[in-house]
This record gives sequence, structure tokens and C-alpha cells, in this order.
Amino acid sequence: MRGVRSVDEVGANERAASLAKRSIKKSSKLWALDLSIRCMDLTTLEGSDTPGKIAALSAKAIRPQPGDASIPSVAALCVYPARVAEARERLQGSGVKVASVATAFPSGQSFISIKLAETKDAVTAGADEIDMVIDRAAFLSGDYQKVYDEIVAVKEACGPAHLKVILEAGELGTYDAVRRASILAMAAGADFIKTSTGKVQPAATLPVSLVMMEAIRDFMRETGRPVGFKAAGGIRTSKQAIAYLVVLYETLGADWMTPDRFRLGASTLLNDVLMQIEKERSGVYQSADYFTID
Amino acid sequence: MAITKRQAAELAKQTFEYAPAPEAIDHVRIQPRYGLFIGGKMVEPHSKKRFPTINPATEQKLSEVAEADAVDVGRAVSAAGTAFTSWSRMAPSRRARYLFRISRLIQERARELAVVETMDGGKPIKESRDVDVPLSAAHFFYYAGWADKLEWAFPNRRPRPLGVAGQVIPWNFPLLMLAWKIAPALAAGNTVVLKPAETTPLSALLFAEICQQAELPAGVVNIITGAGKTGSLLVSHPGVKKVAFTGSTEVGKLIQRALAGSGKRLTLELGGKAANIVFEDAPLDQAVEGIVNGIYFNQGHVCCAGSRLLVQESIAKPLLEKLKQRLSTLRLGDPLDKNTDIGAINSKAQLEKIQRLVDSGIEEGAEIYQPECKLPERGYWFPPTVFTNVSQSYRIAREEIFGPVLSVLTFRTPAEAVEKANNTPYGLSAGVWTDKGSRILWMAERMRAGVVWANTFNRFDPTSPFGGYKESGYGREGGVHGLLPYLELV
Repeated sequence: MRGVRSVDEVGANERAASLAKRSIKKSSKLWALDLSIRCMDLTTLEGSDTPGKIAALSAKAIRPQPGDASIPSVAALCVYPARVAEARERLQGSGVKVASVATAFPSGQSFISIKLAETKDAVTAGADEIDMVIDRAAFLSGDYQKVYDEIVAVKEACGPAHLKVILEAGELGTYDAVRRASILAMAAGADFIKTSTGKVQPAATLPVSLVMMEAIRDFMRETGRPVGFKAAGGIRTSKQAIAYLVVLYETLGADWMTPDRFRLGASTLLNDVLMQIEKERSGVYQSADYFTID
Repeated sequence: MAITKRQAAELAKQTFEYAPAPEAIDHVRIQPRYGLFIGGKMVEPHSKKRFPTINPATEQKLSEVAEADAVDVGRAVSAAGTAFTSWSRMAPSRRARYLFRISRLIQERARELAVVETMDGGKPIKESRDVDVPLSAAHFFYYAGWADKLEWAFPNRRPRPLGVAGQVIPWNFPLLMLAWKIAPALAAGNTVVLKPAETTPLSALLFAEICQQAELPAGVVNIITGAGKTGSLLVSHPGVKKVAFTGSTEVGKLIQRALAGSGKRLTLELGGKAANIVFEDAPLDQAVEGIVNGIYFNQGHVCCAGSRLLVQESIAKPLLEKLKQRLSTLRLGDPLDKNTDIGAINSKAQLEKIQRLVDSGIEEGAEIYQPECKLPERGYWFPPTVFTNVSQSYRIAREEIFGPVLSVLTFRTPAEAVEKANNTPYGLSAGVWTDKGSRILWMAERMRAGVVWANTFNRFDPTSPFGGYKESGYGREGGVHGLLPYLELV
């Protein structure tokens, strides 16, 4: 793994910053906002999540703006394993997927047997997608084999469910490590690679996402297998979401601009996007009271 | 105003087309005709002649500017000569105050300057906005700081200004080159007569307004417009004590010949054919960005452009694949659009020159690659171009093209990279891309170039000296070195 090509930090930061300056207006903005909803993993990962909270968010996921059928559903609802069954029930038949974090999220500091059991149980309970965390203890101590083997095992435990592998870039320290972890996860069979848990700062950043997308691009060139990308943590505004779409578009191209290959994990982004769509359509900002808080 | 379901479905099918995002131009007032800025006032040219300056992206006339003749040049030099007496004796801290004022005015009028620079020269607004104008202000800020510290800059030497500086600048970075020339000259206590290039005089004329706004004493800065003839009259005027020229090697040689024996001080900033050297351990994605920035920045109208890509043979294939993919994402078009990466070629003459050299490359057997790219119907445009299978002997590997055209050559060992990189009459800049720190130093020691960038390219800073080896000229601009050409050390 140490042979993986290096990343120049200054260069990656500059490239991301220059893409963030793209000016996305009018029809292109509306299109990007619509896509951000279609690619969103609406997320709640709190100790205080209850069946009631899941029911409310499920309704929001299916119909983000009541009374406006032109607003699409989000891609998935992302919850803790213990809440999967309730989400499954609420989302049945809606097209919105159920995603569950697993493998001792967010730290990953548990036994492999427990991680695998958690994954299997989440899938049994109805999860379509599993968001696992890599074993940073192993990664940072240089035991790449252990990280790899664990991803392979979790992938197997997933069965038909899609596997997103969370690198937790904020704990890896360098872009070189992020790239290394990206390649490792893809080689081990990840369907998606994901920036962060959202529980650690810094979470998703534009340059980290760029570095991961470039790894995906290289992996695609080498193997022919497209891997999806998910940015999560700290993405709260439409402007940020659009910046991610621009980086995605100019790095991986139009083929990646679909929920099958791109996700935005967010808990509070949705209402800002809805507000911006309304602003683009009507020309004026609406009161926040017109957007439901679930 | 809800959109229908059908429209929503349509939305889902579309791809990401960036809607036009043009920079507003209604805040800019370009006058229909300009005079010459002499002795603190805009005056009618003695020649009574004017010529048009056009927007190369639309071929529309922007304004008419004066063509200074010998009498006009004489008036400008004499105004500068008169102003020199008081300017050179002024308390240095007061001189600094004027320079600080100018830099702040450049910042205040940044949007206007950026738009004018883009309209007159064709460069993308994102470059004039993020590079040209901020760097110009930074240059004035930097040299303002030197004005009252000159006495301590050169231990045991007493710096004295030279007199009137005659400065001739090119069309690729009109305002920035003006700043590079005027800021150190004024800080050192000289006065100047500056001639901008004939295709891009407008930002210099706007700068004349800024001098007035700053209440700079009359005659300290004089700006005369015209073509090569005017420039030659200026540099050969006997009242000029110091000549600074940035432009082609061809003209630089003419000036050097004309000035021989005149006792005038001369600095030249001329052409280049820089090697951008990528080793097999380089961070490839960032190297691709550096290559793109090196040659497609400002449509390749950059004297230090990385126009020769030297890539280690072992990674040539993946690197070129990445580069070609990257080229397909470059956005060519309206320079005023904030999303434009590649603007218009500066002039018809330059476009023809680029075309001639590209034809020669095809003829000599190089393989040409241009991404699919729709050129606007009006204006002067050239698509980003890459030549592979280039030999060291081809014209496109030897001559400065000054356009968005990259020649790719390969090497096997670091020694071969050094040999090929230095095998050019030029020596302005070079780039080295490698993950190995020791190799960067090893290469920098051996490059016969004024600037060597490591894992980056085309990065400028007022504190860093810039200038050439060999036929790229002599003298340095920027940093404390940039003061030397404007000072006599006694």
C-alpha cells in the first residue's frame, strides 16, 4: 500500500478551491439542487433517535416538500442499526432506500465478530445499504491487511446490500493516507467510498473529496469497475452541495451524477436546498416556516 | 410557479450544463478616445493620430488611443525629467505614501480593472480578477515598503536613483507588467515614461486615472501609447537613463543593439521555452493541474509558460491519458464568463503565428491532440493543443509559440531530463514534479533557468525575484533584487 501514488496537498487544495469558485446560476443551479435531493442520504444518527423520529424523517424523505410533487424523494434514509426495522416499514414501496451504519460506528473499536453480526442483523432487519467504518486502529498502525480483510468480510456479510466504506478522513491525517485508504477499500470490494462519519472534525472537505474521486477515477481506469462516492458531515448549505457536484462533474464526469454513484450524507441540508429551489423558481426567499422541520 | 412532473422528469435527464455567468460590465466606463498621460494630465497627441484597440473576443472596437510621435515622446521624457528633481529628493516615507495610496486604489477599483483587462486582452475574467489585479496591488504594496528602507537594503552602499526610466511592456499581463515596472522604479526615486502594448493600452490608461486620484505629483508617471515605433523612440531618447523592456527576444536584441554605447542601464525580460519536468514518482493528478496551469493559463501567452512537457517515459502513458481527459473539461469561450478557463487569443497576428507554428509541428511529424471544443464564430480563438511524439529538433520544441500549445517529450533518467531541459536558447523558468525532496534540489541546482518551481507552476509573488538566463534576458524583477536595476550604488 505504501507504493500508492502520492498526493500533493497544496495542489489538491488549490484545485478544490478553484472548482469551488465555479459560478452555478439559473437553470444549472436548479438542476444541481434537484440532483442534490435525489442523491441525498437523509441522516439521523443520535442516541435520542426514537421510532417517532424515524417516522417523521421517513415522511420527509419520501416527500420533502408536502404539496409539491415536482420535488423528488431523497435517495436513502440513513439510521443506526436498531432503527432499521422502523425505517424499513415506513419507507416500504417508496423507492427510498434504507441505509444503516454498522461495524461499531463511528469508532470501529470493537470485535470483528460483533461488527459482522451487526452488519448481518442490519441487513436482515431490512437495510439496503450498509455504511461501515474502516478500522483506523489497524490503518494508522500500518496493518493494512487487517483493514482489507475486515472490509472483505463485511462485504460478504452484507449479502445483497450495498457497502459504503467510511474512511473517516479527518482521522487519517494526510491526503496520501486518504488516497491509500480509498484504494484499499475499493480493492476490498467497496461499492461506495465515503469521507466521514460526521462524528469527527474535520468531516467532509472539498479537497478530501477531490482526492477520493481521483482515486476512484484511477481505480476505474485500472479495473473497469465504477465505485461510488459519498460525502458526509458538515454539508449544510446548497452552496456547499453544489460545490461538491462541480468537483464530481469535473473529476468523474456526468456518469457519476446519479444516486447510484453519488451520495450526499446530511441531516440539515435538505431544507436549505428546498428554500433555494423555491427562491430560484419564484425569485424571492420564503420564510423558513414554510419548510417542515422533522 | 411549481414545475410540472414532466418538467421534473426532464430535469432528471439533463446533464450538468453551466448556465452563462457573465461578469457585469455596466460599472465600467471606457472613453471613446484617449490622449496621452503627460505631466499629470491627459493631453492631445502632437501626432494627431489615433488607432483603435479592439476586444479580441468580439472583434469590436473598444476605444481609440493616441499614437505618440517623437514630439510626444520628447514631451513625456521632459515631464518626467522635471518631476525627477523633486521626486528623487522627496522624503522616502512620503514617496511610500503615494505608492501605498496607488495600491489601495487598485484594490478599490479591482473589479473595473479586471473587466477592462479582460475586454481589452481576451483573458478569462477569473484570471484577471484572481491573479492580475491582486498581484498588481501586491506589487505596489511590496515596493511601497521598500521606499523608506533603501538606505539599509544594501549594507555599506548608498543607493541613488537613476533618473527617467523608459519602460516598454507587453500585452500578456498589461496591468501586472505595469506594476512590475513602475512600483520598483518609483520606490527607488526614479520617474517613468511607460508605453503599454498597442493591443492592450486600456488598463494603463485607467492607471493614469489612478495616479491622478492618488494625487501623484505631475510627471512622476507618464503613459504614452503607440506601437513599436513609439517604443523605439522612447528607449533611444537621450533623456532616458534606464530602459526596462519585457517582450520578445527579437525586439530585446534590437533594443540592446540600439542602446550599445549609450551608457543607459538596461534590463530585459524576454521569451521562454520552459521545461515542465514530471518524474515517475510525481503526484500525477496535481502534476496534470500544474501542466494545465503551466501552458493553458492566459491562453499560453506567458513568457515563463511550461510549453515543453518533459515526462519520464515510464509514466508517459497514464499521464497523457489524464491530461487529455483534463483538457476535455476546460471551458473555452466568453472571457467575461466567470466559468471560462480559456479566453481569446490576444490578436489576429498572434493567432496567425500560433497557427503557423502548429502547422509546422504537424508537418514535421508530431502527433496533434485537441479536445472537442466549439470555438465562437467571432473573435480570435485557438483550442488547447497537445503535441506528442515531439523531437527536440522540431520547431515546436525550440521556438516560443506563446499560445495554448504544449509539446510533449520523454526522458529516461534525471540526467537526460536536465540535458533536454537546458538544451534551449532560453532560460526563464522550469518546473520539477517529484515526491522526492532531494531530487528537487538536485534538479534546481542544474537548471539554467531564472525560476524553478517545485510541484507547482506559474506561481508569482512580489517578494520573489523573476528573470531569465541566456536569451530570456537579464536583470530581475521582484524582491530586493528588483530594486537594483533602478539604483546606482555608490
